[in-house]
Amino acid sequence: MTTPADADADAVARLATDVRPDFPALRDEHAPAYLDSAATSQTPRQVLDAERAFVDAGTAAVHRGASEATGRATLAFEDARADVARFVGAREDEIVWTQNATDALNMVALGMADASAGLGDPRFALGPGDEILVTEAEHHANLIPWQRLARRTGASLRWVPVREDGTWSIDDARVALNSRTRVFAFAHVSNVTGLIAPAPELAELAHTVGATVVLDACQSVPHMPVDLAALGVDFAAFSGHKMLGPTGIGVLAGRADALAALPPARTGGSTITTVTMTDAEFLPPPQRFEAGTQAVTQAIGLGAAVRYLEGVGRERLAAREQQLATMLMDAAAAVPGVHIVGPAAGHERAALVSVVVDGVHAHDVGQFLDARGVAVRVGHHCAQPLHRRLGVAATTRASGYLYTSDEDVARFRAALAEVRPFFGVSS
Amino acid sequence: MNTDLASLYQQVILDHARKRSGFGLSADAAARHHELNPTCGDEITVGIAKDEDGTLSVLGWEGQGCSISMASASTMSELCAHRDATEVRTLIDQFRAMLRDREGGEPPESLEDAVAFQGVARFVMRIKCAMLAWVALEACLEQLSARERTAPAAS
Repeated sequence: MTTPADADADAVARLATDVRPDFPALRDEHAPAYLDSAATSQTPRQVLDAERAFVDAGTAAVHRGASEATGRATLAFEDARADVARFVGAREDEIVWTQNATDALNMVALGMADASAGLGDPRFALGPGDEILVTEAEHHANLIPWQRLARRTGASLRWVPVREDGTWSIDDARVALNSRTRVFAFAHVSNVTGLIAPAPELAELAHTVGATVVLDACQSVPHMPVDLAALGVDFAAFSGHKMLGPTGIGVLAGRADALAALPPARTGGSTITTVTMTDAEFLPPPQRFEAGTQAVTQAIGLGAAVRYLEGVGRERLAAREQQLATMLMDAAAAVPGVHIVGPAAGHERAALVSVVVDGVHAHDVGQFLDARGVAVRVGHHCAQPLHRRLGVAATTRASGYLYTSDEDVARFRAALAEVRPFFGVSS
Repeated sequence: MNTDLASLYQQVILDHARKRSGFGLSADAAARHHELNPTCGDEITVGIAKDEDGTLSVLGWEGQGCSISMASASTMSELCAHRDATEVRTLIDQFRAMLRDREGGEPPESLEDAVAFQGVARFVMRIKCAMLAWVALEACLEQLSARERTAPAAS
């Protein structure tokens, strides 16, 4: 007799088989094992269908004009915003469309630079004596904007150091946070180590010293249930193309009070109420941040992607990702001369694993795997300081998603085992 | 073996990647140049010096990176050492032209072992790896030429 738990386990293990028919790029039996979803995900036909349906019915600008088409476009654009808001536990007016997560993080840092220059609400004004805190494990997108903000304002940039394996803990953050910390920016899930940061506890800790919390949610929102209200962060950034959506669309999610206090870094059409020759007054969020013609079609595509993920079931997806995390770890650990970066086996991690192969440069590893029909990412994954700390120039990363099959991981494991013999590196 | 992989990683390349001819920077180098491939973190510093007759009396390099970049630096050192600067420039041009030729035309024999890198032309992501040492050498030659232009040697 099958119990409900068995049935659930079955549904989790069957996920890739169930969804693959929706992904044209993965339907071909000769398609490579695609293990680079942490960089960008494949797209289900439902997303392009939604984009095409919108365009074919007559595209139009949003939030301006009076035509029927404009009304329809505006509704579809705002429906997509509602889809995304529901998906991450935010209010609709807490979702700002951006180009991608990098753009969203820059929008926060540049908005704070404006506040520091006396433009708008002083809540986010920084100056000498203030501190901006990041971690040594950040993606460049969540590091360089803060470096620039520090330079612009005279604030100091500090960081939570990582250990030799690339991990850090809330205790390390506790040491680094102090009453001068004005901003604490960190990745929810590391794109290199797969480490999952305890975001609610970190946000609470940062708030006790009065810091604004900025979350790079690129590797969490696509893969695990994320409720931003429950996390308690002030801002969060994520990209559409990592969650089955199109490129060119991303999200800055912000608590209503934080968004209301953040000056708009980019200004122009459709962000304003009254404009004179010398000044402008801005609309409330989110419109005040969406200057110029928006990526309307792509936003609608992202809305479809979110509905697709909801259809799959986020708990089911998260459970499958836990399976994949274990399978990827086991695959890498099984090969002699391969070292895994990040949390040790048995610890919680995302469905991605970065490895160092003794005696073979990551670029050569990636080239070899590619020839064996296994697509992975090689390089520093836009995290040079972290790789410097790990003592390597580059790593090889395999990452999974809902369409990743057991067979994909098996191919990765088999190809990885061939790398060192091919390059003549003895065990 | 996959034919593409075999065309990229020819035995001579794998051998050079381990051999690393010319590895080490001499204190006698009159010009040095560092090149970085930001996509993968490969880095190479090339150092050279010229004799009075214009030949490269010193040609060495240090760095770390993938087998293509390391093998290319090794091959370059063997090919270009003790040659006249003008000849070396020609070899650099020929090597670059070979990597840019996706049609797979016959490379000049003057490139000797370096013809093994012809297969790299079909791997657009790896061309920069193969060029890294050669670009550094070219910059070294340019440094020496610039110095000669500003302070012509008494003849």
